[in-house]
Amino acid sequence: MIEIIDLKKRFKDKWITKGVNLSIPEGKMTVIIGRSGEGKSVLLKQLIGLINPTSGKIVINGTNIVGMAEYEKRKYLDKFGYVFQFAALLDSLNVFENIGVKPLEEGASPKDVLPIVKKNLSLVNLSEDTLYKYPSELSGGMKKRVGLARTMITNPKVILYDEPTTGLDPITSRVIHELMNNMQKKFGLTSVVITHDVKMFDYADRVALLHDGIIKYYGDAATIWESDNPYVYQFIRGLSSGPIQAEKPTSRDKY
Amino acid sequence: MVIKIINFFGNKFLNLCESLGRFVFFLGKVIATLFTTRLKLSKLFVQMFRIGTGSLTVAILTGVSTGMAFALQTYIGFRRVGGEHFIGTIVALGMIRELGPILTGLMVTGRAGSAITAEIGTMRITEQIDALRTLRINIFQYLMVPRVLAGAIILPFLVLFTMICGIIGGYVVCIYALGLSPEEYISGIRMYVEMKDIWGGLVKSSVFGFILTWVGTYKGYRTYGGARGVGASTTQSVVTASIMILITNYFLTKILETL
Repeated sequence: MIEIIDLKKRFKDKWITKGVNLSIPEGKMTVIIGRSGEGKSVLLKQLIGLINPTSGKIVINGTNIVGMAEYEKRKYLDKFGYVFQFAALLDSLNVFENIGVKPLEEGASPKDVLPIVKKNLSLVNLSEDTLYKYPSELSGGMKKRVGLARTMITNPKVILYDEPTTGLDPITSRVIHELMNNMQKKFGLTSVVITHDVKMFDYADRVALLHDGIIKYYGDAATIWESDNPYVYQFIRGLSSGPIQAEKPTSRDKY
Repeated sequence: MVIKIINFFGNKFLNLCESLGRFVFFLGKVIATLFTTRLKLSKLFVQMFRIGTGSLTVAILTGVSTGMAFALQTYIGFRRVGGEHFIGTIVALGMIRELGPILTGLMVTGRAGSAITAEIGTMRITEQIDALRTLRINIFQYLMVPRVLAGAIILPFLVLFTMICGIIGGYVVCIYALGLSPEEYISGIRMYVEMKDIWGGLVKSSVFGFILTWVGTYKGYRTYGGARGVGASTTQSVVTASIMILITNYFLTKILETL
C-alpha cells in the first residue's frame, strides 16, 4: 500500500502539486488522469524518488520516505519500476544491452544475462530478431515494450507508467494496454498509470483526476462513466466547457 | 530603488554561490565514487579511446602548425641578435613546457569536452539518466568517473604527440626553409631540455584533461530545456573549461617551477 499525504511540490515560485492525497491499493491498477501540465509526471517522479517533494509524505508499507537519504530510500524503492513516456532507452546501447543494463552493470556476464533478456523480450511479445537492434531502428511501440522489458528485469512489485501510449496508433495502444494488463495480472503488480487515454479505464481498478495541484476525484474505474463529478464528466468526455479551463501556455511554450 | 539594486546583486551573488557549490559538490561525488566503488575498466578504456583517437588529428595539427610558426617567429627575432642556434631550444622548451599542454588542452576542450557535454546533456533531456537512476544504477560510476579519469589519463599522451610534432614542425622549417643545420637545431634541445620540463608539461596536461572532463560532465548533467539547453550547456562547457585551463595554467607553472 502506498499512501500519498498532502504532497506539495514547488519549482521556484510555482506550485505544481498543492497537497495531493491518494491511496494506491496493492496489486491493483490505479490510473491518474488530468490536463497536460498539471504535474502528473512530477507526482510520479516524486513517488520513485527522482524529484524530492517540497513537503508532505509518501508512505510505503508504513514508512514515510520523504526526507530520507538516497541510500535509505533505496531499500523501499528497490521494487519500484518506471516506464518512461518516450521509453528513455539508452540510445548508444542495443536492445540486449538496454534490457540487461542492470545485471550487466552489477557484473553479470553477457552469457548469463542473455537468457534473462530473451525471457523478458518474450514477455513483452518481441521476437529475438530485435535483440541486437539499436533504439533508432525500433518503432515507437517496440521502444515502449523494450522499456517495459527493461523494467521487468528488476522484478518490480510496483510499476509506474508515464503516459505509456502517447504517440502510438490505436491498435498499438491497445496492444500496450493489454500487455500492461497481462503483467499486472500475471505478477500481481501494483500499477500506477498516467494517461490521457480513456480506454485505459477498461483495465484499471481505480481512477484519480489531478487538477489544479490536488486530486479532484478518486473512484472506481468501472463506474467512472456514470460519475457526476463535474471535473470527471468534462475531462473523460473531452468537453471544452466545464470547470476545467482550456490549457494555457506555460512559460516554456513561449519559446 | 536601492533595495531593488541590493536584491538584484544579492540574488546574483547567491546564484553564483549555489552554482559554485553544485560544481564542487559534483566533483566531490565523482572523487567519492572513484574511491568507494569498483572502477568500470571497460568503460574507462572506451572513453580513453574516444577522447584519444578522436582528438589525435587535432593534437598533431596543433603541434605541427604551432611548432612551424613558432620556429619562424623565433628565427625572425633571434636573427637580429645572432641567436639562431637557440631556436631549437626555444621551440622545444616552448612546446614542452607551455604551448603543447595549453593548446592541446584548449583544442581537446573544443573537440572532446563539448562532445561529452552534448552526450550527457542529451541523455539528461531524453530521460536516459533518469532511467538509469530508476534502475538503481550509480550514474556517477556509470557515466562520470570513466570520463573524468579518461581525460586525466589520455591528455598527457595527446600532449606528447603535440610536443613531438611541434618540435618536428620547427625542425622542418629551420632546416628546409631557413637553412639552419640539423646539428644546430638538435644540439640546443639536447643541451637545455631536461626531463623535469617534460614531466612538468605532462602533469599540466593531466590537470587540464581532468578539468575539461569535469566541466564537460558537470555541464551535461546540469542540462535542462531541450535542444536549446544542450546547445547552451555545450557552449558554457567549452567557455568555462577554457577559462579554467588558462587560469590554472599560470598557477601550475608557478607551482611546478618551485618543485
